[in-house]
Amino acid sequence: MKTVMDTSYKFIALQTIVIKEVRRFLRIWVQTLVPPVITIALYFVIFGSLIGNRIGQMGGYTYMEFIVPGLIMMAVINNSYANVVSSFFSQKFQRSIEELLVSPVPNYIILTGFVIGGVCRGMAVGLIASIISLFFSGVHMNNILITVLVVMLASIVFSLGGFINAVYANKFDDISIIPTFVLTPLIYLGGVFYSVELLPPFWKAVSQINPIFYMVNAFRYGVLGISDVDIGFAIFMLLLFAVGLFSFSLWLLHRGKGLRH
Amino acid sequence: MTPAISIRDLHKTYDNGHKALNGISLDVKEGDFFALLGANGAGKSTTIGVISTLVRKTSGTVEVFGKNVESYTYETKLDLGVVPQEINFNHFEKVFDIVVTQGGYYGMPLKLAKARAEKYLRQLGLWDKHNQQARVLSGGMKRRLLIARALVHEPKLLILDEPTAGVDIELRRSTWEFLQKINKQGTTIILTTHYLEEAENLCRNIAMIDKGEIVVNTSMKQLLQTLNQELFVLDTFESMLSPPDLPGFTVNMVDEHTLEVGLDRKQSLNEVFDQLSAQQVRIKSMRNKSNRLEQLFVSLLNREPQ
Repeated sequence: MKTVMDTSYKFIALQTIVIKEVRRFLRIWVQTLVPPVITIALYFVIFGSLIGNRIGQMGGYTYMEFIVPGLIMMAVINNSYANVVSSFFSQKFQRSIEELLVSPVPNYIILTGFVIGGVCRGMAVGLIASIISLFFSGVHMNNILITVLVVMLASIVFSLGGFINAVYANKFDDISIIPTFVLTPLIYLGGVFYSVELLPPFWKAVSQINPIFYMVNAFRYGVLGISDVDIGFAIFMLLLFAVGLFSFSLWLLHRGKGLRH
Repeated sequence: MTPAISIRDLHKTYDNGHKALNGISLDVKEGDFFALLGANGAGKSTTIGVISTLVRKTSGTVEVFGKNVESYTYETKLDLGVVPQEINFNHFEKVFDIVVTQGGYYGMPLKLAKARAEKYLRQLGLWDKHNQQARVLSGGMKRRLLIARALVHEPKLLILDEPTAGVDIELRRSTWEFLQKINKQGTTIILTTHYLEEAENLCRNIAMIDKGEIVVNTSMKQLLQTLNQELFVLDTFESMLSPPDLPGFTVNMVDEHTLEVGLDRKQSLNEVFDQLSAQQVRIKSMRNKSNRLEQLFVSLLNREPQ
């Protein structure tokens, strides 16, 4: 008699959650894939093309080339977060999460499934944003391994952030508070549109405590080969955030916070 | 034989201080069709919640087929299927996908999950709708979808929390037939319901729960035998100006063509008919005033002597 769920069963359960998550964001593609693409295209046209031509070079690249990695990273972060927070909260809200909770799927498989779902949407939007950027900017790839590693880690970190937000949320308003009041300012102040070298020393120091600053710069290093931070430190910080948030999320699931009475 | 469910001294106090369960102990035999009855808020759904791990107990033990639900989570969950009281699937998903996905959560390969989903959707009369979003289903069909979803991994124990609430009589009866069929095939069934006729027709054993405590735990047959008096409604051909004289029986004239006659267990209906015939009153039709189990339920939960 089996005493634990064997590996093949766990893999099937994980695959089932991922397929369900991907099917969900593809089913509502007009809400999930189209808006970020339009937003990114507008950023490219207005900031990159119209205003960027008057700004001149930044870090040795045209302004358009400089902001492309930051804008792609912004799309990945926002969509990874949005996918998990909205999917998990709506399942919690309509109680369909109980389908999973009464089944023998271990908590870490449930969490991994939702995170992979968030990463899939982040990657899908990032890929579309990258393709659109080709209409405005040339092709650059300094280090593909670092580029992929950084974008994956950032996507994992913000999928976990979305999960924690969903666990604590009690109403739909609660899932928009963090993106509006925390995520958006951090992204805009994280060096997407400028190099921190342009900032006065005080604000330059403040930027160092913004985790998104490291993500944007590490990704920019992977694409263009320029960065305001040490790339090794940036990747270390991303790994630390991923492990820390995964552990915390697992603890929340184990406690049944907001899920089990 | 190991019981399908064994609950010992189960307590549950919610964070707001509400004591939902106050030391419940209960055994359900393997293969049984068992009714768990009680008023709203009596503790039925909390008990089911603890068995299915959706509710964390305060103290006590729950075993499914001899295995503790906390120590052997994987095995006990494989043996258990739960049909919740609330509709809790994603209404925008297709009927077929909901059942197949649940199979995936139990580690079933896609081919097997699809075959099982088709099998149970067909048996529950939902196959025609399998490719439609769940939101288009009627209330009764949604409840049957919950049953199909709970059965996809073919559990040995199926717990249904008010599976026919708000379901029309035709669908309710076909659901009863389906449940009787799978019970005969070996699935142990625990049912909570507010339709006491349902419990009386389907279940062999019964427990009644009130304010978090078991007040009755016996066989349906024994319980019904404890009913001392039954009340019959008789419709007469003849119009009556006053109630007929029926010595030894309690008689109430509802209207000129309707009588209510009370009998205790030792009295015969033949005596009633004989006396009425002697008074030239002919009976057109007769029925129980209320369901027998309902009478017991009301009296037991009100703690009234019978």
